[in-house]
Amino acid sequence: MLIIKDLHAEIDGKEILKGINLELNAGEVHAIMGPNGSGKSTLAAVLSGRELVKVTKGKVLYKGNNLLEMSPEKRAHAGIFLGFQYPIEIPGVSMINFMKTAINEQRKAKGLEPINPSDFLKLMREKKALVDMDSSLTSRSVNEGFSGGEKKRNEIFQMAMLEPDLAILDETDSGLDIDALRTVANGVNKLKTSENASIVITHYQRLLDYIIPDRVHVLYKGKIVKSSGKELALELEEKGYDWIKKENDK
Amino acid sequence: MNEVETYRNQKFDFQNLFNQSEKTNGHVVPFLKTVRENAAKTFMEKGLPGKADENYKYLSLDSLFSQEYSYRFLQEIVHFDINHVFRCDIPNLNTHLVILLNGFYYGGKDRLIELPEGVKYGSMMQAAVEMPDVFQKYYSKIPAIKTDGLVDMNTALSRDGFFIYVPKNTVAGKPIQVVNLILSAKDLFLQPRNMVVLEEGAGLELVVCDHALSKKRSLSNSVTETVVGENAKLDFTVLQNDHNFASQINYHFIEQEKDSRVDTNTISLHGGLIRNNHFVRLNGTGAQNYLGGLYLTDKDQYLDNYVFVDHAVPQCYSEQFFKGVLDDRAKGVFNGKILVRQDAQKTQAYQKNNSILLTEDAKMHTQPQLEIYADDVKCSHGATVGQINEEAMFYLRSRGIPEKEARLMMMYGFTHEVISKIRIDSLRERIEDFVQRRLRGELAKCENCSRLCT
Repeated sequence: MLIIKDLHAEIDGKEILKGINLELNAGEVHAIMGPNGSGKSTLAAVLSGRELVKVTKGKVLYKGNNLLEMSPEKRAHAGIFLGFQYPIEIPGVSMINFMKTAINEQRKAKGLEPINPSDFLKLMREKKALVDMDSSLTSRSVNEGFSGGEKKRNEIFQMAMLEPDLAILDETDSGLDIDALRTVANGVNKLKTSENASIVITHYQRLLDYIIPDRVHVLYKGKIVKSSGKELALELEEKGYDWIKKENDK
Repeated sequence: MNEVETYRNQKFDFQNLFNQSEKTNGHVVPFLKTVRENAAKTFMEKGLPGKADENYKYLSLDSLFSQEYSYRFLQEIVHFDINHVFRCDIPNLNTHLVILLNGFYYGGKDRLIELPEGVKYGSMMQAAVEMPDVFQKYYSKIPAIKTDGLVDMNTALSRDGFFIYVPKNTVAGKPIQVVNLILSAKDLFLQPRNMVVLEEGAGLELVVCDHALSKKRSLSNSVTETVVGENAKLDFTVLQNDHNFASQINYHFIEQEKDSRVDTNTISLHGGLIRNNHFVRLNGTGAQNYLGGLYLTDKDQYLDNYVFVDHAVPQCYSEQFFKGVLDDRAKGVFNGKILVRQDAQKTQAYQKNNSILLTEDAKMHTQPQLEIYADDVKCSHGATVGQINEEAMFYLRSRGIPEKEARLMMMYGFTHEVISKIRIDSLRERIEDFVQRRLRGELAKCENCSRLCT
């Protein structure tokens, strides 16, 4: 589904990613871990099409297409979803209008008619229940006045609404208490099928207690320095990132 | 009587204009003769506000007034089917309709209509004749009208406008809608003078729509005096939808007594040059005033909102909330002044102005000012001028919403906060629609007035 080859990227002239290689297949969940400043969020930014990150070398193939040439909206139409580390508040834009527009634009890209209003409302109800989201939140402006936990829940709610093929969850666990974490992880697990895939970016191991990854990659100084099965996450939890740093700073 | 005087002069010659106006009209109401002569004298002393005048720093009146216009001292008899020319298409907004054509009341013989509940509305000059007590009690009495020469010019030259009177403890059954039409074969200079009086405990919803229909240049210098008695409530929405050749300077003076409430929403959708002057005096404890404004400008349009709120007595509340989007080379000004006098303790006054510039050539000057002489008050003001939040744009796009649509959503979201304050549901929905279409680059106009508006 996703092939990343020797990806180099910079922000404001500073190289952050220094040759990333990664392959992700349908049905898989990969975790990307690493200390702060290792380039995790930059990788998410490249995959979702943020303009402030400049790719200087390498390529990214998504379903066989050159992902880097696609606009953020085209990526969404092709089934990519980014769960934001810091979801944006947009006063005056209602959640309902936002979701309806997003769904209809994605349907339009697939040549489908706009969703009918009663199906839309039914879908909203269903997906809100899935992530245990307070019903009143969807009648408000996008993320406006939402608590940290509500914002993250809202990300998973949007993911549930849009049913992406590839979800990239950027530090979805940060700022969540244990109950919220469980609900969010539960939502992600319920959405998992053999057809879709996820990249879970996290600093801590605790999210991976609930979302079981097929592969764990450790990112350090812009490179993947270690890849292994889910046991790697536990090892990191136990030893911290220092041993990785020591090994690589030698 | 169907006399149309044409006034042409490269330089603005007020004295000549005034003499012609007096000669043509004479004086049906002696009271007005004195008022007009005094105003003419005052104008000759003051002249037009110049660049040195802090309130007119960004607007060159001299160049506006040096252009040629024709001037009508009397109502021109124009026969037209209002349904063919104009019908403001606001579904479910059932209103009493008042038409002003080129600044004069347009209607049949009945120039002052009385509703069953006692509300009277119609021609300003008719009210001067039929209701001299009310007229003379309030006409030209609000102190703030001394602000500058343009108001004196209007007082000296104006010959009509709309008049609305709501008696004590009476609530108008349905909204009154005033439509200001400009329809002229020549470039036109007009000076409507309007008055709205709400006696103690009265209630009124008022909608004013400005539409310049003919594609001629026009300059309107209008004055509205609004007096709101104790415990009375006024809801006032102004929809400005003119074309790029239309210029208007308008003054709205609001005088409020104890426990009264006035909500004003001025929606400037379109117009070559618009200068709105909002003067509010809170003159009785517990009075509340909300002034809202939205401006959407592009091309070389100029939009200028001046606000002066005078907290003259304690325990009053005022809020000003102006927002706008400026595109192309449009220029905007917001100048908001709140004065809290020494006795006006426990005042609450809040002011906000936020603008978005879509291009590097668009400009916005914003100047909120607080002048506070009381020590126990809650006041705040703030202004921002910025661009569309690119982070939010990315958020929308990452969900599959194309850039153009995302930008529209952002602009619309930005304006929504102001529109949401309009209390008449059907009007608010209609204005929402107007604004969306305006932001999409379609000229927002009423469906049924497509012929002359384009």
